[in-house]
Amino acid sequence: MRKIIVGLKRVIDYNVRVRVRSDGSGVEKEGVKMSINPFDEIALEEALRIKEQGNADEVIVLSIGSIESQQQLRTGLAMGADRAILVNSENASDPLSISKVFQKIIDQENPILVLLGKQAIDNDNNQTGQMLAALLNWPQATFASEVKINNDSATVTREIDSGLETISIALPAIITADLRLNEPRYVKLPDIMKAKKKPLDVINFDDLSITIKNTIKTVNTEPPEQRQKGIMVEDVSALVNELKNKGLV
Amino acid sequence: MNKILIIAEHNGIEINSSTSKCVSCAANIPDSQIDIAVFAKNGDELANQASKICNTNKVILIDNDHNENALAAVIAPQIKAIANDYTHIFGPSTTFGKDIMPRVAALIDVNQISDIMEVLDSHKFKRPTYAGNAILTVEADIAETVVATIRTASFSAATVDGNAVIENEALEIEIPSHTQYISLHSGKSDRPDLQTAKKVVSGGRALASEENFKIIYDLADTLDAGAGASRAAVDAGYVPNEMQVGQTGKIIAPDLYLAIGISGAIQHLTGIKDAGTIVAINKDEDAPIFEVADIGLVGDLFKVIPELQSELKK
Repeated sequence: MRKIIVGLKRVIDYNVRVRVRSDGSGVEKEGVKMSINPFDEIALEEALRIKEQGNADEVIVLSIGSIESQQQLRTGLAMGADRAILVNSENASDPLSISKVFQKIIDQENPILVLLGKQAIDNDNNQTGQMLAALLNWPQATFASEVKINNDSATVTREIDSGLETISIALPAIITADLRLNEPRYVKLPDIMKAKKKPLDVINFDDLSITIKNTIKTVNTEPPEQRQKGIMVEDVSALVNELKNKGLV
Repeated sequence: MNKILIIAEHNGIEINSSTSKCVSCAANIPDSQIDIAVFAKNGDELANQASKICNTNKVILIDNDHNENALAAVIAPQIKAIANDYTHIFGPSTTFGKDIMPRVAALIDVNQISDIMEVLDSHKFKRPTYAGNAILTVEADIAETVVATIRTASFSAATVDGNAVIENEALEIEIPSHTQYISLHSGKSDRPDLQTAKKVVSGGRALASEENFKIIYDLADTLDAGAGASRAAVDAGYVPNEMQVGQTGKIIAPDLYLAIGISGAIQHLTGIKDAGTIVAINKDEDAPIFEVADIGLVGDLFKVIPELQSELKK
């Protein structure tokens, strides 16, 4: 059976204006709308398309985090994933520990492909896919904007700073999704009903016998420095004068 | 002593200025000695360029056929092989560094610090999260190697009057063959590179077509500026993806940034907030871009830009 595992992270919704707590302890998460990390949603959409094209048989969504992450997994199931796994953990949140959890699940499931978002929009780390590939000694294709799956390899186009790079990777492999890979489908109501009957296994992090090795501690969180509000000019000649005064033209 | 290794970014011909910005960042770490590693094929000239970057102690050239293209799966194990001598390993927070450095970190079983924007101490740094809306102060375990990517927009390039020694190093490790480079397509442009340009002119969705973007390119050429775009303009297919400025595109810090017909979504603003002077031209006076602009002009870009062109050419 050709399986694909997709990582889904529960994050503060893309549209929420994030507020830093005044005591520096982090950002406000109380009463804030939570969603699937948008890049993970793109990864899931790609996995579903690969399955629909007949290049995979099963799509498994995996989340690591609080018990509430089941909501995001149910959304993933409603989008079309076949089953879900939640590794319930309040403590393991650093990318290295998360990668080690993925590795354990991969050892059990033997997927041909793991699809992740290129980064989560909360911590903006952009690490988990690469770390997981290192732990498994698998190929990685980060920043994917186009994926073609063959029998035992994949051709991936990557959005890099200098343009579009195409590489070939042997399967099994890790691919991380960039923004333009696809546009995720909308979930329809009947699919939400159907998703309730799909299997969702909950595993305790402690049962996986992984030692958390968080080598980096966050000691403070603060809002960014704001830019000073500037001036408005009436016309082009006033604009050019301002630029000349600043020595910029 | 803090021994810092910088992983050089290059295109086979030139060392990217992101490398020199990593050196500037590393130079802020007290009591430091900075080496640069160049992974390349036929890399003598590249090593020579790297040796000129000021504050560099030594350049290590790892020259072999595997290193013709920067594949993370190929380069990461080579970095690990020389990592033992160092307290810190830095790469730029470009797609090159973001691809490779976490793979290195996992190989040496440490977490990575992404996007260092400020050095507070040898093991204490600031970095942005939530698209720049929350700035974290993080502290790395002093007993472990610090693996990090450096937010290049936060540091200026080091001067190039150095004269470091160059050492060739042959590594005897197994290189995986599961990843193969096929091709690179880049929009050819003679304009200054977006990430290093002193001036950048960017267009947004209001340009409304690929053809209309010509006025952005023309203005960029008049100013000797790089040309960029908002995500909306890239998604609409007006320009290639490598022109995208913003959280998921390029983070830039030019002296002058002109945002033309760009509304100023938070993801775009994240990419430009270190710019010296931001000029916004937009017909919507309520556009969020005016909140961060140093100089704002409300007007129709199709009238304003030709006028600006002729004023600048006077």
